[in-house]
Amino acid sequence: MGATKALTGRQKIAWAAITLVVLVWALFPVLSILATSFKLPSDLNTGNFLPTSWSWTNYEQILGPDGSAQELFLSSLRNSIGISLIATAISSVLATLAAYAIARLDFPGRKLILTTALGVSIFPVISIVTPLFNLWRSIGLYDTWPGLIIPYLSLTLPISIWTLTAFFRQIPWELEQAAQVDGATTWQAFRKAIVPLAAPGVFTTALIAFFIAWNDFVYGISLTSTEAARPVPAALAFFSGASQFEDPTGAISAAAVVVTIPVVVLVLLFQRQIVSGLTQGAVKG
Amino acid sequence: MSTEITGATAGVTAQATRGAGPGRASKPRKSDRARAEARLGWWLAGPAFVVMLAVTAYPILQAVYDSLFRYRLTAPDDRGFVGLANYGVVLGDPVFWQSLGVTTLIMVITVAIELVLGFALALVMHRAVLRLRGLLRTAILVPYGIITVVSAFAWFYAFDINSGYVNSWFSWVPGISEDLNWFAGTGTSLFVIIASEVWKTTPFISLLLLAGLAQVPGDLEEAAQVDGATWWQRMKRVVLPNMKAAIMVAVLFRALDAFRIFDNVFIMTNGANGTTVLSLLAYRTSIGRLEIGLGSAISVLLFFCVIIICFIAIKIFKVDLAGARGEK
Repeated sequence: MGATKALTGRQKIAWAAITLVVLVWALFPVLSILATSFKLPSDLNTGNFLPTSWSWTNYEQILGPDGSAQELFLSSLRNSIGISLIATAISSVLATLAAYAIARLDFPGRKLILTTALGVSIFPVISIVTPLFNLWRSIGLYDTWPGLIIPYLSLTLPISIWTLTAFFRQIPWELEQAAQVDGATTWQAFRKAIVPLAAPGVFTTALIAFFIAWNDFVYGISLTSTEAARPVPAALAFFSGASQFEDPTGAISAAAVVVTIPVVVLVLLFQRQIVSGLTQGAVKG
Repeated sequence: MSTEITGATAGVTAQATRGAGPGRASKPRKSDRARAEARLGWWLAGPAFVVMLAVTAYPILQAVYDSLFRYRLTAPDDRGFVGLANYGVVLGDPVFWQSLGVTTLIMVITVAIELVLGFALALVMHRAVLRLRGLLRTAILVPYGIITVVSAFAWFYAFDINSGYVNSWFSWVPGISEDLNWFAGTGTSLFVIIASEVWKTTPFISLLLLAGLAQVPGDLEEAAQVDGATWWQRMKRVVLPNMKAAIMVAVLFRALDAFRIFDNVFIMTNGANGTTVLSLLAYRTSIGRLEIGLGSAISVLLFFCVIIICFIAIKIFKVDLAGARGEK
């Protein structure tokens, strides 16, 4: 589009302005909580955006060995990472198999599976929390890792199936047979010709699934009650200050920054893949 | 090497394209093979299918069943069949109708703002030169990837009367002063809740719209430009009609998502000052007060609302979900 013609000076200025507006819009709330996380308790209520003196106190509270919120935060971080990774792994495996079948095999029910995935993805999460809460309590899954991993599959599986199906449909599967004709064994053909083409799609899908599991709050707050399984978003809502008279504002902000860092890193590294994954699963060209 | 593969490909294409495109219909003669393929297909896709049903269909059926009972976990022995009485209680309660109203209001306002903002962002990304495109995409993916609860806290602390700076920054705006407590009134609370929701989810809608923009044939737009059409005319006559399907799908998905809003409200007001949304009402009834019967009834009603929204979108606005999502 614009790249075909060289930009005039005025266009350059316009683009710089547009980019600046988008950057401020997208990053300002992050900077806002970052600034808050470095404020001392006495500095919180001054009405200023930046701290008057930068302090690591809040981070010591959640990460330091004697931090008042350290136990709560670190256990929730462990839970969040573990539960999200396992849920992502399970849904990636199941979705890869399903998407392969849908994209490559001709069998009745392909459409049924895709429609079911669509239906599940629009399901109101809160509607299934009540029965799960009751069931989990009676079969001992309440406040455990599997008790969250299982419902997380309802969030991660549908989008994984859609995105991967879209990816797999674009793979030139003839390459596999071509390689076999050239003398490769079935396994070699699959590994050398197909895996390199399919792996990026699987990786992107896993990334998106991880974001979704990492973001969950409804299940996390409803199906856990202790540090045994409570994930970060739910734990943030339960933070209290160093003493009961102190606001947890600083500690929550510091914890929020810590859990946002991996998101920013993943986005910086895999921007292109995430965008293609999100748009492929959605509207196929 | 690669030419050899390409050469060999031609020979097997006839067989290989079976999996894609129009050649899909299985021929009756290959029934054995078709049966084997169907079996393999279900072996591969079956587990995902069963898991999806197990984690949604089973719980919702259980909720429908539970909603017909008088059932509180605080008095489990008092459980008894009451028919549709729970629905009577919920539908007769003004709190339910108020929550439905607030939820719908949030949904309509958020989706309307996001559609405009998201389209503007999509246009910017579509037109940007390659170097800027990466930067812009990276920036807008930050809100997409951030935890909703974190976004809620960021916006909450910015506006909060104690820790916030918004009041002192914008004290020159009529109506905003140092002692405006945003979270003490319905309107002001909803303003911040909607702001956080819009910030967090606009990137998603704008990426869907970006994919739609990419489908608009470039030569059509150029032809319109040659014919002297203004920017606005090109938008209205060429671009928008060509991406109608993408817009509809984006709106429906975001609308259903916004209707389930929970995190932002829970963190910022916990439903105070008339900001209780349906999800929060269901949560408080069943998890907070342990009224499984009543809570299940609200859950089922919420589920029906979602189905009604889908129905309206598909029947009245003719949103072709399957088609636009690549499945013909």
